[in-house]
Amino acid sequence: MTRRLLQAVAVIWAAFTLSFVILYLLPGDAALNRLGAAEGGITATPAEVAAVRAEYGLDDPLVVQYGKRLWAATHGDFGKSVMTGDDATGLVFDALPSTLEIAAAGLVLAVLFGGGLAVLGTYTRHRWLGNLLLSLPPLGVSLPQFWVGLVLIQIFSFQLRLLPALGTDGFAALILPGITIGLPTGAIIGQVLAKSLRTQLAEPYVEIVLAKGASRARVHFGHALRNAALPALTLVGVVAGNLLAGTVVTETLFSRDGIGRLTAFAVNSQDIPVVQAVIVLSAFFFVTINLVVDLIYPLLDPRLAGRVTRKAVAAGA
Amino acid sequence: MVTRPVRTLGFGALALVLLTGCGAQATAGGGGDAGTPRVGGTLRLGISSNPDCVDPQQWGTNASLNVSRQLVDSLTDQDPADGAIKPWLAERWEVNADSTAFTFHLRDGATFSDGTPVDAAAVKASFDGARALGPKAALVAGYLAAYRGSTVVDPRTVRIDFTAPSAQFLQASSTMTLGVLAPAAYNKTPEQRCQGDGLIGSGPFVFESYKQNQQVVLVKRKGYNWGSPLWKHTGEAYLDRVEYRIVPEPGVRSGSLASGQLDAITDVQPVDEPQFAGNGFTEPVRPNPGIVFNLTANTTRGVLTDPKVRQAVAKGVNRQEVVDTVLTKNYKAATSVLGSATPLHTDLAGLLAYDPAGAGALLDAAGWRPGPDGIRVKDGQRLSAAVVFSAVFNQNQSALELIQQQLRKIGFDLRIELKTTAESTQIQLSGEYDFIWFNVTRADPDILRQTYSTKAGNRSKLTAGNPLDAALEKQAATTDRAVREPAAAEAQRIIVEQGYSIPVFELTQVWGLGPKAHALEFEASSRLRLYDAWVAE
Repeated sequence: MTRRLLQAVAVIWAAFTLSFVILYLLPGDAALNRLGAAEGGITATPAEVAAVRAEYGLDDPLVVQYGKRLWAATHGDFGKSVMTGDDATGLVFDALPSTLEIAAAGLVLAVLFGGGLAVLGTYTRHRWLGNLLLSLPPLGVSLPQFWVGLVLIQIFSFQLRLLPALGTDGFAALILPGITIGLPTGAIIGQVLAKSLRTQLAEPYVEIVLAKGASRARVHFGHALRNAALPALTLVGVVAGNLLAGTVVTETLFSRDGIGRLTAFAVNSQDIPVVQAVIVLSAFFFVTINLVVDLIYPLLDPRLAGRVTRKAVAAGA
Repeated sequence: MVTRPVRTLGFGALALVLLTGCGAQATAGGGGDAGTPRVGGTLRLGISSNPDCVDPQQWGTNASLNVSRQLVDSLTDQDPADGAIKPWLAERWEVNADSTAFTFHLRDGATFSDGTPVDAAAVKASFDGARALGPKAALVAGYLAAYRGSTVVDPRTVRIDFTAPSAQFLQASSTMTLGVLAPAAYNKTPEQRCQGDGLIGSGPFVFESYKQNQQVVLVKRKGYNWGSPLWKHTGEAYLDRVEYRIVPEPGVRSGSLASGQLDAITDVQPVDEPQFAGNGFTEPVRPNPGIVFNLTANTTRGVLTDPKVRQAVAKGVNRQEVVDTVLTKNYKAATSVLGSATPLHTDLAGLLAYDPAGAGALLDAAGWRPGPDGIRVKDGQRLSAAVVFSAVFNQNQSALELIQQQLRKIGFDLRIELKTTAESTQIQLSGEYDFIWFNVTRADPDILRQTYSTKAGNRSKLTAGNPLDAALEKQAATTDRAVREPAAAEAQRIIVEQGYSIPVFELTQVWGLGPKAHALEFEASSRLRLYDAWVAE
């Protein structure tokens, strides 16, 4: 367990350091973005630019900036946004609920539809139906999210006028963004679960269980699905990254606030404090999800109880 | 201000295709200004980007100013029709001979939304507070560049002094940027005011809430009765409530308007414009005053040091083709470095006519001969220059690509360099550019001084004491139109004739109004004014 925690800390530290280096290497800095954002460009004098740089510590040597930020970050302080002057951690927590809403909606839909397709596709006796159902996940993976969201809005909001295209009022406003953000995740879950269900159904124990008089449904849902769920569950930890990556597109398309919009704005303006707050908190989120997934493992597979077999703690971070 | 994803263009086109059926179904109705204004109701207005900050003194983006204009009153108002300055919070004013002292006599009875009076002390507190924001408040920094201080002469009289002639301040006093905030507002930090906390004005609407990237809500100010004489009615605003919905995707914005989920939108993209013309929808349009989209030349760099080359480039740009191809009929080809909506704009269309033969003759005379690839050459040097731009306006890239093709025909190689805001800011600071592509919104010709004077922006890198400096200083020194107009005209003529700037087209605001929305107005800087706006039931 200690080793796992150390790995987790290493992942978060790496995320922190990489984001700092990348943003630092980009030409220009947040002070130039802040002062030059107006139409017609910058009107401030070089001395005024220097004063703003100093105010945000952007004039310190690279190592000093890094050290100061790292030290503050270990105390939960990522500094103030250069663009808005707000506390970076506060900005992330303000944006978080909105993102969690669509991410949760997306995850639920992904598990229901991805899992449902895999189970039905492998259960049905009609080969053509199974093939049809199981060809949907690869299709879902290949569809661009932006296009999917756009088509959903056009059909269900602008043409049929059933669901809102924007806003956050009520459950109805969650459906279209939920589908958009959940689609690639659901498709991956469907693919992986279908593959491992087929593997399980080909195992010798299936014959034995059938020979003992169990029904097909009992074999499928009671035995094969339970065993096949393991790889799919591992995947949930990984696809959390997919969900987060989808927030930029989904939140932009559905005019919602959230982590994606915040990140896009912060990256565009090289607002290092905000970008780092987002990245470190996201890394923390992945590590936690994967930890939870590990804790659920033994419940599904008693052989794993008391042992930790998974090594990749924070894959996808 | 933030670089927009390139894909918005493609999306807009796709949205148009998908929307064609939808838009055509929209029922015919009133729209525009028809009918009797209704009191009450909510306007749902889709805006294209997050305002980031709703304090008019701190933030200068259109999205922000379109919100904050409703919250604050200004000392004066500017007539969009002719640029004349009219009373508002100030009933009258005097300006001294060299435009360094402005004395405002305030009207009686105006109060902030916290109940405190709009008096001379409040005006002083507000101007001092605005100036204290420093260079981060770029617009204030320009308007109050020479601010010495404010003096309370008596409770209803305030004098504002400058260390240098500042004729532009009279127009600046009409902007929301110098809108008056209550003294209590400055008990809050600038960051708090940005989010609307303590953003207390005396305007016809009051701030209610701001959710980043989602919406800003304003409500009617009860008892408001000190509007500008330029407005269409008196008393309180018609609307009870305004919801600014932040809808960044152009196709979603126009589709939401077409399907009735929004009452009005700003920033209709050229590709979406046709669907809101003549089917129950209306499309208010106004060009921005100030400096048009233009190629400003660095006169110290490479081939651009030669005035003949700059003049040839000016003749080689087919402005009308840019408007017809990349934009729409709602946009205007530039007729000066200042837009046609700018007070004291001079029509120099004759100098800006498309004349490739004339351009060729100029280049021939200067010794530039066509090279093997069609680009002219002289003494082994290619006739080539780069233009630095950022994607603040969606059509920038397409416009520049077309200009590149046009200039190729006269043997000039224009290299297009897309930069981020930070990069282009750095390039501007260092002066290491050939051309820069930009516009600036300002309803006063002084923007030319701010941009081209050797004592201010000096974007063309001119040497001090040139004839342009003299003209710019002359227009800055007086509010007397009889003196100012010829000076401003001379400045425009010099800039265009010398090719310091090659004007191309006027940035234009295009809004879409649904059948229920009425009387959303442009103020003099082409920003939104909602006081007279109303929604039908």
